[in-house]
Amino acid sequence: MDAQTLVRVIVTVLAFVCFVGICLWAYSGRARKGMDEAAQLPFLDDDKPGPGDKQS
Amino acid sequence: MENQATYNYKVVRQFAIMTVVWGIVGMLVGVVIAAQMVWPQLNVGPYFHFGRLRPLHTNAVIFAFGGCGLMATSLYVVQRTCNVRLISDKLAAFVFWGWQAVIVLAAITLPLGITSGKEYAELEWPIDLLITVVWVAYAVVFFGTIAIRKVKHIYVANWFYGAFILAVALLHIVNSMEMPVSMWKSYSAYAGAVDAMVQWWYGHNAVGFFLTAGFLGMMYYFVPKQAGRPVYSYRLSVVHFWALIFTYMWAGPHHLHYTALPDWTQSLGMVFSLILLAPSWGGMINGIMTLSGAWHKLRTDPILKFLVTALSFYGMSTFEGPMMSIKTVNALSHFTDWTIGHVHSGALGWVAMITIGSVYYLVPRLFNREEMYSMKLVETHFWIATLGTVLYIASMWIAGVTQGLMWRAVNPDGTLTYAFIDAVKASHPYFFIRFLGGFMFLSGMVLMLYNVIRTAVAGRPVNAEIPAVVAHA
Repeated sequence: MDAQTLVRVIVTVLAFVCFVGICLWAYSGRARKGMDEAAQLPFLDDDKPGPGDKQS
Repeated sequence: MENQATYNYKVVRQFAIMTVVWGIVGMLVGVVIAAQMVWPQLNVGPYFHFGRLRPLHTNAVIFAFGGCGLMATSLYVVQRTCNVRLISDKLAAFVFWGWQAVIVLAAITLPLGITSGKEYAELEWPIDLLITVVWVAYAVVFFGTIAIRKVKHIYVANWFYGAFILAVALLHIVNSMEMPVSMWKSYSAYAGAVDAMVQWWYGHNAVGFFLTAGFLGMMYYFVPKQAGRPVYSYRLSVVHFWALIFTYMWAGPHHLHYTALPDWTQSLGMVFSLILLAPSWGGMINGIMTLSGAWHKLRTDPILKFLVTALSFYGMSTFEGPMMSIKTVNALSHFTDWTIGHVHSGALGWVAMITIGSVYYLVPRLFNREEMYSMKLVETHFWIATLGTVLYIASMWIAGVTQGLMWRAVNPDGTLTYAFIDAVKASHPYFFIRFLGGFMFLSGMVLMLYNVIRTAVAGRPVNAEIPAVVAHA
């Protein structure tokens, strides 16, 4: 196997391992609280038009 | 200072209005070329010939309509979810005017026959350079705003928009490597099968990142906001994001089945296209399930109807796509109108519907109004658009499969059963139905323009106040 092929194989395998890692992390108990908070993010910001909106 | 206290809605407003305007222009050209297929005598002169207008249609709907929609929504979402004004108003204005200049140049050069001949990348090298400059400015505005955000977490919609911006920069630069020979002529830096592979690596990822990732950014913000519920599963959205990123880049070879491209590359493209079904449907389910517990809103809210119908068409076309990438299916579908139908189920059903829904969400906010001038018209628009899309897709399915079957039919002695013109004749009625479907979709956009103008006139252009920084973040 030449060096170029080897590098390609390694990068591909690493990318796959990295993806599996992300999946495991996303569904781990530790990530839950942060995720639930993040999901609420658009609702912490009320974008209904109001009287405070300034003419541009 | 006023600038510190408000969001920059001006650039969002400009892009949002041009989304509607360019949508009408691009779809009008589409209806014209659909009519040319039905009535070939409409091909007049060199400038308005199908071959010149077709790239104008694709560029206008993808980069002018879709591009303006993505820029409007991304610049809105990034400000609202980062709780901060855009990093630079001047640069944002440059992005707007620069992008409009690119569109106008495309509208002039393409009918003149100035083209590099690469699908979805037809614009010649001086315009390619301008695109690069504008795109870098756009990236600076977007990522610069994320850098100065007041909220710790970067919301998932921004991840999708960010991936779209980065990937399109990469695709554009690599695929546009070309050697100029005069002011308006250049040749690709690649040759033969490599050129084809680079082109479809670009072409498919333009679908994956321009027409998918960016619009998924829209979905992850506007669907929860309009439904009034957080996204169904945030953890799924994270996996969805990375699965798309890791998979899409490999799928391009499915555009080159049974060509000079090495066989293993074709098979690899097919396998990755099949794998893509998983993240695509994961994302679709995540969007649709966001409505669980709020399904009743679908009955009364036409904006939500647009957004959810968009997701349904997204699910349909991302099922159809992997199926068509299977080599034996592709042997039937390739070069037929089935492909055109598939593209439009994505382009009209998914991209246009989610954009239209998002723009209807934005316009009242940008003009300090409670809602659109007429929600009834929004509802009418929804039904015209949906019916038009269904007519378009169904007619192209029938025409495409008919063509594929007729082209491959052979007599017992091995000669072809049909001449090419036989398949054209058989397709003719479906070309008319397609024209009708496209015309309906265009009429919906005209209603939208009227509704947007009435809303804008009744309201006043505003920059919204930035709310106090949210506590926990």
